[in-house]
Amino acid sequence: MKFSKIFGAVMFAAGIAASAQASAGTVSTDGSTSMEKLVGVLSESFMAKNSGINVTYNPTGSGSGIQAATDGRCDIGLSSRALKPAEAEKLEGTTVALDGIVMVVNKQNKVSDLSLEQIAKVYTGEVSNWKELGGADAPIVLIGREAGSGTRDGFESVTGTKEKCKYRQELTSTGDVITTVSQNPNAIGYASLSAVNDSVKGLTVGGVKADEASVKDGSYKLQRPFVYVTLKGKKLSADAQKFFDYSFSDEAKPLFDKAGVVFAK
Amino acid sequence: MFEAHKKIINTEKIAYWIFLVLGVMNVGFVLMICVYLLIAGTPAIVKVGPIDFLFGTTWASTAAQPKFGILPFILTSIYGTIGAIVIGLPLGFFSAVYLAKMASRKVKAVIEPMVDLLAGIPSVVYGFIGMLVLVPGIRALFGLPDGSGLLAAIIVLAIMILPSIIKVSITAIEAVPEEYTLGSLALGANKVETIFRVVVPAARSGISAAVVLGVGRAIGEAMAVMMVAGNAANMPDSLFQSVRFLTTAVASEMSYSSGLQREALFSIALVLFAFIMVINGILNMLLKKGIKR
Repeated sequence: MKFSKIFGAVMFAAGIAASAQASAGTVSTDGSTSMEKLVGVLSESFMAKNSGINVTYNPTGSGSGIQAATDGRCDIGLSSRALKPAEAEKLEGTTVALDGIVMVVNKQNKVSDLSLEQIAKVYTGEVSNWKELGGADAPIVLIGREAGSGTRDGFESVTGTKEKCKYRQELTSTGDVITTVSQNPNAIGYASLSAVNDSVKGLTVGGVKADEASVKDGSYKLQRPFVYVTLKGKKLSADAQKFFDYSFSDEAKPLFDKAGVVFAK
Repeated sequence: MFEAHKKIINTEKIAYWIFLVLGVMNVGFVLMICVYLLIAGTPAIVKVGPIDFLFGTTWASTAAQPKFGILPFILTSIYGTIGAIVIGLPLGFFSAVYLAKMASRKVKAVIEPMVDLLAGIPSVVYGFIGMLVLVPGIRALFGLPDGSGLLAAIIVLAIMILPSIIKVSITAIEAVPEEYTLGSLALGANKVETIFRVVVPAARSGISAAVVLGVGRAIGEAMAVMMVAGNAANMPDSLFQSVRFLTTAVASEMSYSSGLQREALFSIALVLFAFIMVINGILNMLLKKGIKR
């Protein structure tokens, strides 16, 4: 409390000092809500080191972020999926981090490993009882995210289940997914690696446990990229370029752990 | 003396203009919202086709060949609201009768603030408790794979509309002139007969207003419902079906939407708006009827 006040005051003073030097700049980022944590820690430490540059973040979703980058409404668009070919014509996507998607089940569930194919079969309804996967004789309850969510898009594109998932529940946040799964012994859901906590059990995929190393070397298959989206052929402002470079610097590396994602470089 | 007189006129004039501006602003807000919703909501209805939009049974907004049929949402909202009224009205109505006519002063002093408190609880709290208690409860009670769905939403909504039903009903019952009660008692009717044969019929229009107000609240609620209804875009053909309401359809997809999907969400909002306008119209009619009588 006290610290944040002092910090705020220092930032404010720094802001005034910087604006007096006329070098005050803003770097605006816009997009994926999944990237909130990452952009949060990156911009916080960046601003502490570069007083006078203000990094803003607008959590609108990957689609909106890509649109904002296309329209030039922000310096850097944030997308938690790779750019589609049509989008890549005008835009440059640079992967800044990798995010593992973890399959979560209730702690009472005996199943502890599924292959990608099994996950796909489960979510398309082909396999509908835990018995078929070596678990108890109980129906599988599929929990997912709402249409348009970056996590859902990431999950469905990796498992190849787009438009085929037979969700029982479509929830609007990772927290809701985890709460629901922790309350229902038959449920299975997916969530960001960084968001998984002890109230649920994370499954291994094809025998590989989701952690930093397995995501980075690609042995953990269920993962998606966090992408910085910029306009092709348009130079970033000096401040935006500075933030962009900072995100890939060794200096910033420890911050990725803090955000629960894997440094891409 | 003359100066002071002039000053009074000036303050009155200033007050007049301030209040006029504030009043006009209010009307302006409503008009702006109406106009914005019409402008934002109409294109998708035209593009999809009004019949396909309102009576289509499939909603797949992010599919390669997107489908925008909102009949499941409309039916869910109607069923959910009716269900909430069926459960909430008797509960609320009898509570109101008890509080207005039977409860001792002490009991009333405890319960009435509780009812107010119920109205003040944020809807996300209702949703969260629903998620942690109600949904697992329904699952265990009925032996289902999952407890979220229409029934869970109806129960949450029923509890959420209780305060408005109770408060408005109490006001309506208490507005019935004391002479009615006294006259009825003098003629030999007992207390219960007096309440249900004399007081309640006299308060009829106020109680109907309470119902309509409850309907309005139930149909407009999004957050709590989103957390317990399951939100899959199914036709509501069973109480345990995972369903999506008009409100939750807008709220759950809005943050990530783009293009026609976003326009369609505004169209859903427009449909919802139309529903609420109709309900408000009925409410106004009932209230006016109450005053006339």
